[in-house]
Amino acid sequence: MAEGEKISSNKMLKQAIAFNLFRILSFSVVAILIIILSFITIKGFRAISWEFLTAMPEDGMTKGGIYPAIIGTFYLIAGSMLFAFPIGVLSAIYINEYAKDGFFKRFVKLMTNNLAGIPSIVFGLFGMSLFVNTLGFGDSILAGSLTLGLLTLPVVIRTTEEALKAVDHSFRLGSYALGATKLQTIRRVVLPMSLPNIITGLILSIGRVSGETAPILFTVAAYFLPKLPTSIFDQVMALPYHLYVISTSGTNIEESRPIAYGTALVLIAIVLIVNLLANGLRRYFGNKVKMN
Amino acid sequence: MKIRTHQVNLYYSDFHALKGITMEISANTVTALIGPSGCGKSTFLRVFNRMNDLIDGVKITGDIFIDGQEIYDRKTNIDDLRKNVGMVFQKPNPFPKSIFENVAYGLRVNGINDKKFIEERVERSLHQSALWDEVKDKMKKSAFELSGGQQQRLCIARALAIEPSIILMDEPASALDPISTAKIEELIYELKKNYTIIIVTHNMQQAGRVSDKTGFFYLGELIEYDDTKIIFTNPKNPRTQNYITGRFG
Repeated sequence: MAEGEKISSNKMLKQAIAFNLFRILSFSVVAILIIILSFITIKGFRAISWEFLTAMPEDGMTKGGIYPAIIGTFYLIAGSMLFAFPIGVLSAIYINEYAKDGFFKRFVKLMTNNLAGIPSIVFGLFGMSLFVNTLGFGDSILAGSLTLGLLTLPVVIRTTEEALKAVDHSFRLGSYALGATKLQTIRRVVLPMSLPNIITGLILSIGRVSGETAPILFTVAAYFLPKLPTSIFDQVMALPYHLYVISTSGTNIEESRPIAYGTALVLIAIVLIVNLLANGLRRYFGNKVKMN
Repeated sequence: MKIRTHQVNLYYSDFHALKGITMEISANTVTALIGPSGCGKSTFLRVFNRMNDLIDGVKITGDIFIDGQEIYDRKTNIDDLRKNVGMVFQKPNPFPKSIFENVAYGLRVNGINDKKFIEERVERSLHQSALWDEVKDKMKKSAFELSGGQQQRLCIARALAIEPSIILMDEPASALDPISTAKIEELIYELKKNYTIIIVTHNMQQAGRVSDKTGFFYLGELIEYDDTKIIFTNPKNPRTQNYITGRFG
């Protein structure tokens, strides 16, 4: 009896230790995020003004705003998504719905995973070599978007694959049993059901794309370009690269410090806003699947 | 004969799942397929709408005729076959669409766009599956808002909408409560007038209640196939006797 109680209190103790350890760890993750966000907010808040958001940089980037970098980042997000999203989603549909289990499917999946592991600076070099030089796009929104698109392709493919896998097989069987073809089944049943999760992939990709510096370094980003692009063959400034420039190689680093924090704050805010938008989209489609 | 199979063998890669099944099924009858789990009865059911084709590594030999047509012929269009041979699954699987769109689905994928025609057919199918009175005021609501039993009748309506002549049912009531089960059984009795029904069931009483003929499967073989009355009162094979009296299975 006493032995049994001892074992049971021992189990309780272990349980309590494990539970509290997990709790502390998960709180510390949240704490780190809050610390980073507050640090950037406090340091960058003073730099934010209407002018900062809408004016061109001035005086060797120690004054003025970051308007062209904001616009540039938006163009790059849109461009890379236009490229990566359709290709990624269609590839994932092929891999998950059409390809038979076997060597080829395993090979494609392996390559996709490898692609995800390539350092982003390598993508930058590759993009410069292929898009900028070989294809002759020059340093341009087009070359930068394609490079960023390549970088985020594995994320889109992986999340789309998971989203498709999450659709129970019985829905596909139900559709086939009514004489629907595979394509009809995918278009009318599988895709609508997996759309909310596919959009999650989009959110993750946008987060990654908007923050990357290395891939745009040699393909699109301008050091200082106080005007807006007029075509996809123009260079643009971009927030992450602008942040890098004014923190390391501006004309007067000390003086542009507040601008750097302001830029960081704007970058984080953009990612946050895009995430919220995409989450709204996700919820909208999630409800639509049930209603429609 | 509506359906005729001769020496059907089916292999999942190396596994010999169906062994020389020969069977004849008349039009407008209910045929029950019974037997312990893994005996091949569900596999056999899926032979008729070629659902097994979707599984990698399946090989089928022998002949299967529906209305005198060999359905494994190279000329057979699988989508047309599945239009003629409807199927209801074990777990209700309505699509995440409205009640109306669920029933209309089979029509739409088969190229019918006439709005009035679709509306009439949807209503008729829901009447046939005895669901109309319960859903007529909420056709635009999600099918997921229906109870399990209603969902299963919706799936039956969905199958009826494209006017099949054969309906395959794979344990259609096993996930339902007794009242819903009774409704499905009544429905099967009604549908028999116009359709040929093959039903897989684990429920002996159900097989006894709804079917005209019963086939007992064991380890991939069709052990005995006869009038349901005979199978349940005077089976010729001792294994059938043992199974229906609950001595194994």
